[in-house]
Amino acid sequence: MGEMKVNEKEIVVPGETLAEGMDYLPSYGTHRAGDKILASRLGLVSVEGKVIKLVPLSGVYQPKRGDTIIGQVVEILLSGWRISTNSAYPAVLNMKDATSEFIARGADLSKYIAIGDYVIAQIINVTSQKLVDLTMKGPGLRKLKGGRIINVNANKVPRIIGKQGSMVSMIKDYTACRILVGQNGIVWIQGDDPNKELLAVETIKKIEREAHFVGLTDRIKNFLDANKAGITKLS
Amino acid sequence: MTYDKRFDGRKFDETRHMEAKAGVIKRAAGSGWFKIGNTEAYAAVYGPREMYPRFLQNPEKGVLRCHYNMMPFSSAGDRVRPGPSRRSKEISMVTERALRPVVDLSEYPNAVVDVFIELPQTDAGTRCAGICAASIALADAGISMSDLVCSISAGKVEDTMLLDLTYEEDSHEMGVDIPMAMLHNSKQISLLQMDGELPPEDLKRAIELVKKGCDQIYEVQKQALKNRFNETKD
Repeated sequence: MGEMKVNEKEIVVPGETLAEGMDYLPSYGTHRAGDKILASRLGLVSVEGKVIKLVPLSGVYQPKRGDTIIGQVVEILLSGWRISTNSAYPAVLNMKDATSEFIARGADLSKYIAIGDYVIAQIINVTSQKLVDLTMKGPGLRKLKGGRIINVNANKVPRIIGKQGSMVSMIKDYTACRILVGQNGIVWIQGDDPNKELLAVETIKKIEREAHFVGLTDRIKNFLDANKAGITKLS
Repeated sequence: MTYDKRFDGRKFDETRHMEAKAGVIKRAAGSGWFKIGNTEAYAAVYGPREMYPRFLQNPEKGVLRCHYNMMPFSSAGDRVRPGPSRRSKEISMVTERALRPVVDLSEYPNAVVDVFIELPQTDAGTRCAGICAASIALADAGISMSDLVCSISAGKVEDTMLLDLTYEEDSHEMGVDIPMAMLHNSKQISLLQMDGELPPEDLKRAIELVKKGCDQIYEVQKQALKNRFNETKD
């Protein structure tokens, strides 16, 4: 009979034995060695039925198909743009996938999206060699004008968004800011009141710091209530 | 003459006091700090990130790159001249080879994982402390690893086999120093160097000592990584 060696939600280190026996199945972040299941990275243990997986706590973003990311244009190519993705691999946004507008042959692409601009786009494909393709055709996908960009740990993005976007909509309600969170850990914030914009920045930093605390939503709600009028200085 | 009492009063198979921490360098993807006696090592991991110059890229898997550096004021003797030296380049290379068996970089073709090891204070066993710190840092950076690497030196002063030599013992005229690195689960040895001469049975004894020392190091490393996230937990 198989036996778990660690508890659910426990933090495990690489090489640590998670379970013995053949009753459990290794999933993300784990591997089987003989009749044991070992951790292959640092993470939180999560057991779903017979499947053991690890929830990553740290690490650089790795592009995945279907992710919506925010990236900066770093280079203009013959028929598109190269976008930095906050990961080891830059992505390509093809002209065809960028806009439904007609772009004449040989047109200056920087008139549409210039170097240094930020875009919110979706990953349509990642090859085995990690060539990443993006699209800007889809609801909400566009070039970002104005606002400010902050970087957060990509593994904390689900906490910032919350269940069905509850966390981010709470911040939006309190700060009257427009906020977009890319799965690659880049967040775009735009507000009319600079003090409230700073409050949004601080709140997101707080979520990132306290992502694995219990009662995160209440803590954030209290923090927002205490600073309703916005803040004037970043800590 | 025999060496029957150690300079610092430790038992022959006893390590110096060890401390470790993870996540000490905020801007790095992962970092670790490892202190054993008076030897102190910081390791910072950056990446996986794009690798330049491009001809160094490997399209099949990511590259692990280690940089070992002793700070100018770190040693008890002369100032260490900054910049790469023959010694530090060698240690960078053996560190990389000691860590490579555990890290899995197949998910990161064309990318590089940089490990920077800095030693602000040294008292022998620097490459071992560096490997221990780097192992913590790599795990903290969320790199896929099959195991943790522990490293410590063993040796012989006059007729006595010792674990974890200090500089006084290491530089003893009748001293032999053997730094070793061991993968925790499989007990495979990924680093073994020797300075001096030793009969085979003494080397076997040294490996036994290191095995014991590494088990203690592993506990320290594991605790450091777990505390990284527990400290801030309510």
